[in-house]
Amino acid sequence: MTKQIYSVSNLEKYYQKQHVLHDITFSIDEGEVVVLLGPSGSGKSTLIRTLNGLEPYQSGVLKFKGQEIQPDEKGWRKLRQQIGMVFQSYDLFPNLTVMENILLGPTKVQKQPRDIAQAEAKRLLEVVGLSEYANVYPRQLSGGQKQRIAIIRALALKPELMLFDEVTASLDPEMVRGVLNIISRLAKQDKMTMIVVTHEMNFAKRIADRVLFLENGELLETTAGTQFFENPQTDRAKEFLESMDF
Amino acid sequence: MSSWQIIQQSLPVFQKGFKLTLWLSLLGITGSIVVGIGCSLLRYFRVPGLSQIATVYVEVSRNTPLLVQLFFLYYAFSIIGIKLSAELCGIVGLIFLGGSYMSEGFTGGFDGVSHSQIESGKAIGLSKWQLARFVIFPQGLSQSIPALAANIIFLIKETSVFTVIAIPELTNTALDLIGMYYHTNEYLLVLVVGYAIILIPLSIVLTLVERRVRYGTFGN
Amino acid sequence: MAHSGIEVLFEGQNFARLIGGLETTIAIAFVALICGLALGLILGVLRTLKNRVLRLVLRLYLEFFRIVPTVVLLFLFYYILPKTAGVNLPANEVAMLVFALWTAAEMSDIVRGALISVPKHQLESGLAIGLNRWQLYRYILIPQAVSLEIPATINLMTRVIKTTSLLLLISVADVINVGQTIVEANSKQYPNSVFWIYGFIFVMYFVIDYPLSWWATRMNRRRLERVND
Repeated sequence: MTKQIYSVSNLEKYYQKQHVLHDITFSIDEGEVVVLLGPSGSGKSTLIRTLNGLEPYQSGVLKFKGQEIQPDEKGWRKLRQQIGMVFQSYDLFPNLTVMENILLGPTKVQKQPRDIAQAEAKRLLEVVGLSEYANVYPRQLSGGQKQRIAIIRALALKPELMLFDEVTASLDPEMVRGVLNIISRLAKQDKMTMIVVTHEMNFAKRIADRVLFLENGELLETTAGTQFFENPQTDRAKEFLESMDF
Repeated sequence: MSSWQIIQQSLPVFQKGFKLTLWLSLLGITGSIVVGIGCSLLRYFRVPGLSQIATVYVEVSRNTPLLVQLFFLYYAFSIIGIKLSAELCGIVGLIFLGGSYMSEGFTGGFDGVSHSQIESGKAIGLSKWQLARFVIFPQGLSQSIPALAANIIFLIKETSVFTVIAIPELTNTALDLIGMYYHTNEYLLVLVVGYAIILIPLSIVLTLVERRVRYGTFGN
Repeated sequence: MAHSGIEVLFEGQNFARLIGGLETTIAIAFVALICGLALGLILGVLRTLKNRVLRLVLRLYLEFFRIVPTVVLLFLFYYILPKTAGVNLPANEVAMLVFALWTAAEMSDIVRGALISVPKHQLESGLAIGLNRWQLYRYILIPQAVSLEIPATINLMTRVIKTTSLLLLISVADVINVGQTIVEANSKQYPNSVFWIYGFIFVMYFVIDYPLSWWATRMNRRRLERVND
């Protein structure tokens, strides 16, 4: 039987009076890839940030591996070691070298022995083809390289779920492919469970086991990946797909 | 005699010191702004000879204490026949010090105008002077307002150093009174309140001006 | 003129005395800076925390030291400390205390400004890898803030060094006080000596402060260049 990793029930969120997430309910199983799609301003990024405790919410129940999440700082901190997150703006720490960026979580948060963490970091750097950059500072890297480092910085904690929030949105076009390939490989080869917010439709089509379609903070449909792109269930999703180029 | 009576009796004397502090500050600040704008313009246009002199002046002035500058003006210059009254010496000293601070503030503002602004100006064919007149000075001056505000407050506080050359401003008045009547706590209280009366409203006004200029310029 | 007055500078123990005064000046500035910068760092961090009462108290502390001129601060502590708190510190130590508290106030504002200008994304990335608040400050915020604040800190140092000239007022035997004594002893016989003695002190301050402010300006320019590309 497949194991449920994360579930969200009846999530409600307001910014002052604005209703940004409206009664969201869904879950994700181990090894599954869920893609969040929707027009900009639909609440995708807010939703994915809420899943990692970066946005407060007003009501609803979030569960990680069947356990209800306590929405306080301590609860989230423990959880964030098991949930990796990568942002649009990569946000490597400019004061630390690439290697130090990767090791910060494993050695300081998880207290792994440094040599073990370092061996793992080296392996990950090799996987993404950036071994020779271990000791440089982030400002010497291109955007695509930074984003690859940001991904392995999250992976170094050995998370059980990865969240990708528009990770290619601020990259130059020629750098997008390399980053997306890494995410695809993570999904297909390593069977990583992940939730992805993206504007890259071809990529979404390629990796999505399931698509959640949001508009105005409402979850309009939850459809299997291949089916969504060929035959979406709602008119809004149909219009959305027609407006995107592939 | 109660503390309150002591304070009341001293108020007329303090009032004189208070006024003198205000006057000296006003003259010193006005002079500093004039000198500061002059120096920053000389440096901006790289006027041969004069801009180097301005730079040397700025560095000497901002890297030495006002007290030493005053001693120099007051005692040393009298040797070579230039005898200044204490008040004049104070104002000249304050302008000597303030001019460099103001110059640095304005220069910082000019430097802060973004490259894209300058390039856009060049792109529509502005000459160096036009660029300065229409793009760099208006934007640079409004960017230097925070530094200007900080300098004004700094210079007012520096007038307290005038006490060393016996100018009867606020601080000197308090120290004289303490020396005569020993009501230390009361006089120090009046002294602190005196500066607060000048500086608190001023810093509020300057903050408001700063905010207004920023909104006015950048529209957010 | 047979006697230009410069000889007074090197007569007898005069030069050694001036250097001795300079040492006192430097020692006071040094202790005040070390204590003040460290305390300021802590206060600056505290001012970024959520506790409103704490923030208000620290803000009032800053404003007090901002509004009252340093000359007045010196007298406040010099006259009032022994009377009300019964603490009888030598003038040197009063000066160190005043300068340290003043430095801490100014430093706390520099540190706070730098900390809140670290981009929010940096904070979130730190949270996302599970850092706790202390680790966030220790590994992300403070190191980044420090590089932002170094020029301002150096400028603060030059201000503190210049402000040591006020030590004379509470009769600390600093370089200016020593200079004044020498001038008074020689002014009848060699009136020109005043020019040389104060000139020497003037140059001494410049020699200490100028390299520091040059360094600060250079670092600031470099940082701006890096931000702009």
